[in-house]
Amino acid sequence: MSDIRIGDHPILDFVTGREVEFSFEGQKLTGYEGEPIAAALHAAGIKILRYSNELRRPRGFFCAIGNCSECMMRVDGQSNVRTCIEPLREGMRVQRQDGKGDLSAGM
Amino acid sequence: MRECEIVVVGGGPAGLTAAREAGVHGAEVLVLDRNDRAGGQLVKQTHRFFGSRAQRAGVRGIDIADVLLESALDCQRVDISLNSDVMGFYPDGAVAYEKEGTWNKIHPKCLIVTTGAAEKFIAFPGCDLPGVYGAGAVQTLMNVHGVRPGKKVLMVGAGNIGLIVSYQLMQAGVDVLAIIEALPEVGGYTVHASKVRRMGVPILTGHTVTCAHGEDHVQGATVVQLDESWNPIEGTESDVECDAICLAVGLSPLIDLLWQAGCSMGFVPELGGYVPMCDENMRTSAPGVYVAGDARGIEEASAAMMEGSLAGLGSAHALDYVSEEDYSRRHAEISSELQTLRSGPTARHILDGFGKLQQVSPRTQRLTEGSEDTC
Amino acid sequence: MLKKDGIPAEEDVAIITPSDERRAAGPVAWVECFEKIPCDPCHDACPAGAIAEFSDINDLPSVEHDECTGCGLCVSACPGLAIFVIDETYSEEKALIRLPHEFSPVPEPGDEVPLLNRAGEEVGTGEVDRVQKPAAFDRTAVVWVIIPQELVRDVRAIGKVGGRP
Repeated sequence: MSDIRIGDHPILDFVTGREVEFSFEGQKLTGYEGEPIAAALHAAGIKILRYSNELRRPRGFFCAIGNCSECMMRVDGQSNVRTCIEPLREGMRVQRQDGKGDLSAGM
Repeated sequence: MRECEIVVVGGGPAGLTAAREAGVHGAEVLVLDRNDRAGGQLVKQTHRFFGSRAQRAGVRGIDIADVLLESALDCQRVDISLNSDVMGFYPDGAVAYEKEGTWNKIHPKCLIVTTGAAEKFIAFPGCDLPGVYGAGAVQTLMNVHGVRPGKKVLMVGAGNIGLIVSYQLMQAGVDVLAIIEALPEVGGYTVHASKVRRMGVPILTGHTVTCAHGEDHVQGATVVQLDESWNPIEGTESDVECDAICLAVGLSPLIDLLWQAGCSMGFVPELGGYVPMCDENMRTSAPGVYVAGDARGIEEASAAMMEGSLAGLGSAHALDYVSEEDYSRRHAEISSELQTLRSGPTARHILDGFGKLQQVSPRTQRLTEGSEDTC
Repeated sequence: MLKKDGIPAEEDVAIITPSDERRAAGPVAWVECFEKIPCDPCHDACPAGAIAEFSDINDLPSVEHDECTGCGLCVSACPGLAIFVIDETYSEEKALIRLPHEFSPVPEPGDEVPLLNRAGEEVGTGEVDRVQKPAAFDRTAVVWVIIPQELVRDVRAIGKVGGRP
């Protein structure tokens, strides 16, 4: 994880929230409270966020600012959450979406 | 429904300067921004900006964002609402936005659209693999969230963004294997190219990526040289081992709200795609709707700031907050600065673009009567 | 070629090179700005008035090397990081170059660093003489490196201590 998170930077000082635990596909991971879920997953080495609708191809994020919808995942039972802009909270349950999100569940 | 004099959509350099200019003349302004902090793309720009002192030359983009926000909020009647995602502009002139799960509507007298731009994309086999990122995404990840996009990056595109992001990647401790550019020359400022070239990063013009390899994420890419007709030259393919491919292949104006407003739009490649027709006050063909910054045409932050000021001035003037004398003087001041900025060789394509915009057939999309276009 | 890979041609560098007499008189700024872009903070940065006021912001800087005192304030002020102050009077064999550096870690005085030319090729090693990183330089460190005299036209960057960055 230290390989991916930037420590010393010549221009920037990174201020993070407190370290929190969350689950990804049943696996316990840690990240910083308030950072985008996709950033926490990326820092934990997880690149595949979902599988595409028709051909089930592995997909990760692309734009990282909420424009493109590549990063959509199921969070606490809610589908189609744009994880690149959704802040991480303690205890979140994050799952990959396989194809289109199920909008009926978790409402 | 809440009423407001001026609503600005997008709190980046154009939006904040628009708010400041209108606010300084006494208008009521609400800036709506979908992010949790204002500044737009400025918040990711760790490098020093160019331009003149008035445009904050020498100051890092990240600091300019703070300065612009402070100067906008200094005005008594200027306010900003963050985490406010504008979803639509209705025929009755209402603007709807989503904020923290609530649906809000506001009715402005003037709307200033400063929504910026979105990344373009090039398609090649494997382009949908995790590990292919837009340049803005790479900047966001590294400079906002402190996370490296990968260990070895191939940069595609040698415009200002590709060159700057390559430098920022190196500052973040990431290995930039090469910068490839399909055009025969570097598109960005040569000083940006020099900065990375002297650190050993190869810059290969006349090259493009033909495919990305990897089982379930990027593990490599194939790069090929192009001839003068953009055709791959057989035998020049080479494989690069990388874990991320960054696409810095241009930006497109984010103009959904302008289409919704029924603005006359023209397709101009030099400006990034569809852009609105507007007058010298940055006013579009839709009554009370103004535009500034990248949404008006892809350019630089300095130009965005000045266009924002023009839009702020124009709308405040339309609302009778500015005397004719003050308006003329200030308008001439900003326009002259903008003209100087655009007088150099690096802005020629912008002026060409504006020229073309005068000549293309305008297109509009009307929600109420059925769309003329499918976009 | 500058527009192909960011490396200026020898003719470009010759135009901005201070005269032999000026170079022999002490530290002087080499302003390696070759392209007309809208940019002028170098004029404001120079306390000696050696960089003329810009009549057109797109012009290349007009540098009066005889007015230049070699103070080096321009080095950290240039947004393009394109200015270098070189003192060829340091010693018989060695020159002292001050260059902008925005990478971590910042080297320490006494460090041996790889010397890189404009193509990023290692052309020798140099010793770090001193490092300036005051708040006024806004996070651009200015590194003073002792280099062989014959490399003054070539060295424009340093690699990481003990290896490449």
